[in-house]
Amino acid sequence: MARIDLANIRHVYGPGADGEPQYALRHVNQAFETGGSYALLGPSGCGKTTLLNIISGLVRPTEGRVRINGDDVTDRPTEKRNIAQVFQFPVIYDTMTVRQNLEFPLRNRGVAVSEIKRRVDQVIEMIGLGALAGRRARGLSADEKQKVSLGRGLVREDVNAILFDEPLTVIDPEVKWTLRTQLRELQRRSGMTMIYVTHDQTEALTFASGVVVMHEGQVLQVGSPKDLFEKPAHTFVGYFIGSPGMNVLPTRVDGASLRLGEYMAPLSSAPRLRGSPKLELGIRPEFVRLAAEGIPATIERIDDIGRHRIVRTRMLGHAVTAILQEHEQIPADPHIFFEPEGVHLYADSWRVDLSGKQTP
Amino acid sequence: MLELRDVSRRVSGVDHLSGISIRLERGALNVLLGPTRAGKTSLIRLMAGLDRPSAGSVLFDGQDVTGRPVSKRNVAMVYQQFVNYPGWTVRENIASPLKVRGTAPAEIEREVKRAADLLRLRELLDRRPAELSGGQQQRVAIARALVKKAGLILLDEPLANLDYKLREDLRAELPRLFADSAAVVVYATTEPAEALLLDGVTVAMHEGKVVQAGPTQSLYREPQDLATARIFSDPPINTIPAAAAANPARFAGATTLAVRAHHIRLQPRSASPDVYVTQVESIEINGSESFVRLDVRGQHWVMLARGIHAFAPGTSLTVYVEPEDVMQFDAAGQAIRPRREAA
Amino acid sequence: MKPVNQKAWLLVAPVLLLVAISAIIPLMTVVNYSVQYVGSTGRFSWVGDEWYREVLHDEKFWNALWRNLVFSGLILAIQIPLGVLIALNMPRKGWGVPACLVLMALPLLIPWYVVGMIWQMFGRVDIGLMGVMLRDFGYNYEGDPMDAWFTLILMDVWHWTSLVALLAYAGLVSIPDAYYQAARIDGASKWSVFRYIQLPRMARVLTIAILLRFMDSFMIFTEPFAVIAGGDPVFLSTELKQTVELGKKAAMSIIYFLIILALCWVFYAVMTRNDGEPGAADQKQTKGGGA
Repeated sequence: MARIDLANIRHVYGPGADGEPQYALRHVNQAFETGGSYALLGPSGCGKTTLLNIISGLVRPTEGRVRINGDDVTDRPTEKRNIAQVFQFPVIYDTMTVRQNLEFPLRNRGVAVSEIKRRVDQVIEMIGLGALAGRRARGLSADEKQKVSLGRGLVREDVNAILFDEPLTVIDPEVKWTLRTQLRELQRRSGMTMIYVTHDQTEALTFASGVVVMHEGQVLQVGSPKDLFEKPAHTFVGYFIGSPGMNVLPTRVDGASLRLGEYMAPLSSAPRLRGSPKLELGIRPEFVRLAAEGIPATIERIDDIGRHRIVRTRMLGHAVTAILQEHEQIPADPHIFFEPEGVHLYADSWRVDLSGKQTP
Repeated sequence: MLELRDVSRRVSGVDHLSGISIRLERGALNVLLGPTRAGKTSLIRLMAGLDRPSAGSVLFDGQDVTGRPVSKRNVAMVYQQFVNYPGWTVRENIASPLKVRGTAPAEIEREVKRAADLLRLRELLDRRPAELSGGQQQRVAIARALVKKAGLILLDEPLANLDYKLREDLRAELPRLFADSAAVVVYATTEPAEALLLDGVTVAMHEGKVVQAGPTQSLYREPQDLATARIFSDPPINTIPAAAAANPARFAGATTLAVRAHHIRLQPRSASPDVYVTQVESIEINGSESFVRLDVRGQHWVMLARGIHAFAPGTSLTVYVEPEDVMQFDAAGQAIRPRREAA
Repeated sequence: MKPVNQKAWLLVAPVLLLVAISAIIPLMTVVNYSVQYVGSTGRFSWVGDEWYREVLHDEKFWNALWRNLVFSGLILAIQIPLGVLIALNMPRKGWGVPACLVLMALPLLIPWYVVGMIWQMFGRVDIGLMGVMLRDFGYNYEGDPMDAWFTLILMDVWHWTSLVALLAYAGLVSIPDAYYQAARIDGASKWSVFRYIQLPRMARVLTIAILLRFMDSFMIFTEPFAVIAGGDPVFLSTELKQTVELGKKAAMSIIYFLIILALCWVFYAVMTRNDGEPGAADQKQTKGGGA
């Protein structure tokens, strides 16, 4: 159990075509508290896996330090960091049985036989492979193999942290649900620090209490699922989290209001802006209402995905998406109305805080 | 029209597909929905002519094509992996099926442009696949399938290897792409939401069999059996033995009741809902929604609640289920009474 | 009844014809000789299994067979571990890779007979570099059969170890990085990495390497012929060369052939024994593999 600190991490993976260094990570400062559950969330190529490998020591950062419980481990090899990691695609030892695979990390560390048995029995039960314990691992299906990989990550009790690199990619949706719950349950009970890399917002938000949203080698926002949803700090966070993502429209500030063409959306206070940044209004589809009054809009398509409908409209020449609950009706002459608590202002893609505590 | 008549496939003693009879029309998006190893890929390979059925026949536009190899059929395929010719530019990749056929250069140019516009690849025509993102590569593969003007377009989980967000973007575009294609389009997926978005005809598959086929919305709302209801629910559908229900009298004759996660509510919608007192097991928050796991008389349920909730595990929670939202199944898992949901 | 497509036979017919011409017909000729006595006038007479019995009762045959087996055994025992060791230490990236590959491939490009000639000169105690250097230790391959043996083994190791190394290297580079990373995380020792990751993943190419090296070394002829031209026959092949009677020669050839066939089969069966496990579930393994 441990606290992990990343200080001023930069990572270059070689010069680009133009000779400029190509950054996998631009500048990352991040603390992972003891017993926390974290997700590193972002599209492919955002640097999340590199960051994970820097923590486990598989990759050495070009600059910056990694600390575990205050000890600088930047120069310490993986096997000395006492960290478990589960990879995206199943890694199993072909010639061993399922049980031997799970025993392997413990044997390598000279754990007592009775203790090995206790731990392995527990993990086998958790991943639900009891019936296959004696089978040669090579004959398993892809999702069974991945469960073995997961099991090997969970079998050590003394690790500083468990890292997951998109571990559920090859698992069926229905099984994903159970495994995710079990992981979370285990995290809660054991109090182990867990860091989970994924591009899937549902996996990230449901697993983690702290979500780190990354984009192009940078951390854009760190927060609880609630923060990320209610106050996306960057338009990319708004787009990436939420399904469909946040609507972003060009706007102008007029006192304590935002201007959309001839229409006004009130803000809680007048924003103070420096220079002349690019201004955008952000609103999540959940806060867009289809009403009889507001800004006129035309409906382009309605996708009924069962539990709700996604209404794609065009308003003042911009695409605006709204979410409609199962029993809500679409008015005959639809107008769009933005719920005030869902309206955000973005200056050069970063959210402008209107709570009054704006730095001068 | 593609028709399969009582098609089966056995490989070294194992049934991969058994007794499949379906008709897929042109101009509709036909979705094969089911978990991995339900037989979707086997069925697609059979439709393409890559494999031969052990029994039964495959008819295309009324003509028996059962033994005909894939090279003699006009079939386009898009795979889960991004399959493009690495040495060719996007333009050459898209043009490849037309070149093989000896289409005139002017015509090729026009078709490639059209497909590139449709798939937003116009700017990328001179790049090579290695310089593209996964989503772009898959779009190239789809464009190639489109220009081929095949009578049958098969897509085997084409979005499975893409990032979540990219998947969402492409998914929204797909129905438009095939809207004016005269081909029989078959699309295999494991995800219920994808089937609903594509909104055509869905063939629900389970363990090598077709459990139900029909218009997507009616399959979703009125599954004929429990298996279809399960396949078509994410989060998994909640079940309870009818005898343990809050109001068993309402569901006389039923053995199992099922209700989808979003139909379990914290507030009643009608005057006489079924009321369940449950125990909260855990909560997962997904932005605007919370998945609340509940223990309901020994059953594990998932409730999908709007908004963010912070019920502590172990607390007792009263939830409401409207009788009209409950699906009823008999002992054999067959739906008892087709029920209608308000849209 | 399942309908059988008879057209399939037409498709394999050309191959069958080729095999017949290249292998079966010459082989049958030899079989024919092995059961006949060929007189000096070119007259054939049927002798049944007499030649076979003579060969099997010939001490020289058994000695040659024994030497052959020991030779192949030694060759495999040296070349396979040595080749794997070299492969493990070859660079995985950078300029060293092509340099290494070319260097390794060089001995493989030299014709058999030339290899024999090279080593014959190399080992000569009057002018050969190795011969002169080892002369003081009493080395003399022309006089001492053990020294001749030693020379032959050295020569074969020099000639063919790089083939084993190249095959093993091909097996090694196909192992995804994630396996090594997982092993580091699991705290596996270097030996464990070799035993549980590298060796199982090299198993298939090593099977091929062992088969190739076994067959080749068991049939060795050109090099000893070049090195020990005119000396006592050492191996089955050279013994065969010196046998005069056509029928005995034929019988010996057939026995030689059958031994190789049988041993190859045994090797193959033993080494692929584990592959027969239920692997049908692997069919979905490619899922997501394209990322």
